[in-house]
Amino acid sequence: MHIDSLFTEEELLVRQTAREFVEEHVKPVIRECWNEGRFPDEIIPLMGEMGFFGANLEGYGCAGMSNVDYGLIMQEIERGDSGVRSFISVQSALVMFPIHAYGSEEQKQKWLPKLATGEAIGCFGLTEPDFGSNPGGMRATARLEGDEWVLNGEKTWITNGSIADVAVVWARGEGRVRGFLVEKGTPGYTTSDIHGKLSMRASVTSSLSLNECRIPVANALPGAVGLKTALSCLTQARYGIGWGVIGAAMECYETARQYSLDRKQFDDKPIASHQLVQEKLAWMITEITKAQLLALHVGRLKDQGKADPAHVSMLKRNNVAIALECARISRDLLGANGIMDEYPLMRHMANLETVKTYEGTDHIHALIIGERVTGIPAYR
Amino acid sequence: MKIVVALKQVIARDSVLRLSADARWVDETDAAYEINEADAYALEAGLQLKEKQGGEVIALCAGPGRVSKAIREALAKGADRAIHIALDQPEQLDSLATARLLVEAVRQEGPDLVLTGLQSDDVGAGQTGVVAAELLGWPHVTLVVGIEPAGGGLRVRRELEGGWFQYVETPLPAVLTIQSGIARLRYATLMGIKRARSKEVRRIDARELLPQNETAAPIVRLREAEKTKQTQILEGPPAEAAAKLVEKLKFEARVL
Repeated sequence: MHIDSLFTEEELLVRQTAREFVEEHVKPVIRECWNEGRFPDEIIPLMGEMGFFGANLEGYGCAGMSNVDYGLIMQEIERGDSGVRSFISVQSALVMFPIHAYGSEEQKQKWLPKLATGEAIGCFGLTEPDFGSNPGGMRATARLEGDEWVLNGEKTWITNGSIADVAVVWARGEGRVRGFLVEKGTPGYTTSDIHGKLSMRASVTSSLSLNECRIPVANALPGAVGLKTALSCLTQARYGIGWGVIGAAMECYETARQYSLDRKQFDDKPIASHQLVQEKLAWMITEITKAQLLALHVGRLKDQGKADPAHVSMLKRNNVAIALECARISRDLLGANGIMDEYPLMRHMANLETVKTYEGTDHIHALIIGERVTGIPAYR
Repeated sequence: MKIVVALKQVIARDSVLRLSADARWVDETDAAYEINEADAYALEAGLQLKEKQGGEVIALCAGPGRVSKAIREALAKGADRAIHIALDQPEQLDSLATARLLVEAVRQEGPDLVLTGLQSDDVGAGQTGVVAAELLGWPHVTLVVGIEPAGGGLRVRRELEGGWFQYVETPLPAVLTIQSGIARLRYATLMGIKRARSKEVRRIDARELLPQNETAAPIVRLREAEKTKQTQILEGPPAEAAAKLVEKLKFEARVL
């Protein structure tokens, strides 16, 4: 389809360099990391050197690339693993973006350069045990006492939680949802990891607990007032996810395509010569192509300042759904071999089950699109 | 030290190749390209020398518009500026004609050192660097796997066969043809890619550079490699099969 002809030379170079990075630093270790339930933290400084963190932000040590460039990086990283892509999504879209957009100059100077190199790691605390799709119901509170905010509450399903040096935490204070920077080691702030995940095993997922946690007023993000500001961070992250999952889908498709050419069955013919197999390959490449076009269009809109949250919902919802289906179909084409960890299919499939749910479930995105086309919110 | 690195852009290694309609080259309709592997190592060697010694690295590449991606990659990795010799159908030039063009551009720069890969991944003649050195009247060293400054010149490590190495000293200016693996290749980082935007690329038309440049050995026709290996299974009891095998080795293979 000559999709590459839609990208600039510079965008293709960004994609190439991210792909080379994944081939050399992610793919060789990811199977072992997955099996051990370990995030490959040794690659954090390398990713920082590459400029992957906050790549689409300007200044403060960030690369200042376009949103399409950023999307292509997400795609290539997730070709390796959704957990590694999640690390970058959280660091970039959920930590660096709110500090960049809503932080004070002092907060930006203090955190952004370190977050860009990977010297500091961040996490984002919005979801609570009882409030996932409905973050507006959050119970976490912030009480102003003199020149301190006192935070109380529980946050859960927090990527990078226990390894983060700084948490962007959302709590209700003085009648509004507000964003705060909580630093590791602050008394009253503790984390614990969630174990037993059968998905995103190469990613750290934690719960955060705030118990009379006192932070200086200077650690509140001055511009982060109102739930909308928290949701604006999610739009950034969801945009990256819409690209990222294409990478997982491409990896599954390519594995299945190659396998179907090598695997012989019935009269010593490759299974790729069978019509049912070709139909599956045709479905996947068609959906991947459509997903790329959708991502690229939203990316170009975003670069022009014209992308709105409903566009990003369509991108995230569609692309995750087709990526998950590609992973399932690819596993099917590999037969019994498809369940083995020497192939990436089950890992991508299991990861994509998480991606379908996090950052706005498939259903919530349907409702955002539904509200956009009917004008009727149907969340409750 | 002023270093010119001559790069060739070639069709990517994992490509599925088909012959073009006139069979004088391959069909490039869907082709993806990359910097020739040995040339990427030559660039890396040049950048490392510059980091040690100071100076300037100039990427030099001949080819049609598509080679601007290879040039951009070289600039993103740290080359200071680039020269693009604009040329359609570079594959129809033989090594001598290619070297003549490169040499013209090198003369305009007057560098201390020219680095290039020891051969290209597509044609694989391994001639261009050596011929260029002859045309320039400079010494050259091939199969280079290590470079160190020594006195006013360089001490160069060459790869021989069977795990042997040879050390050669050369005065400057010189041409070195670099073996893949001389150093670990760096990535084009995002910051590097961004910096490349503002670096100078000088474009020279090949015909302006060298109005007369005949190819002595044009490509007349390419053919796909034919499989000539075949396997025979000798049936029957072991003693009989062994006798047949000996007969074949004696009279067909003539190795006994």
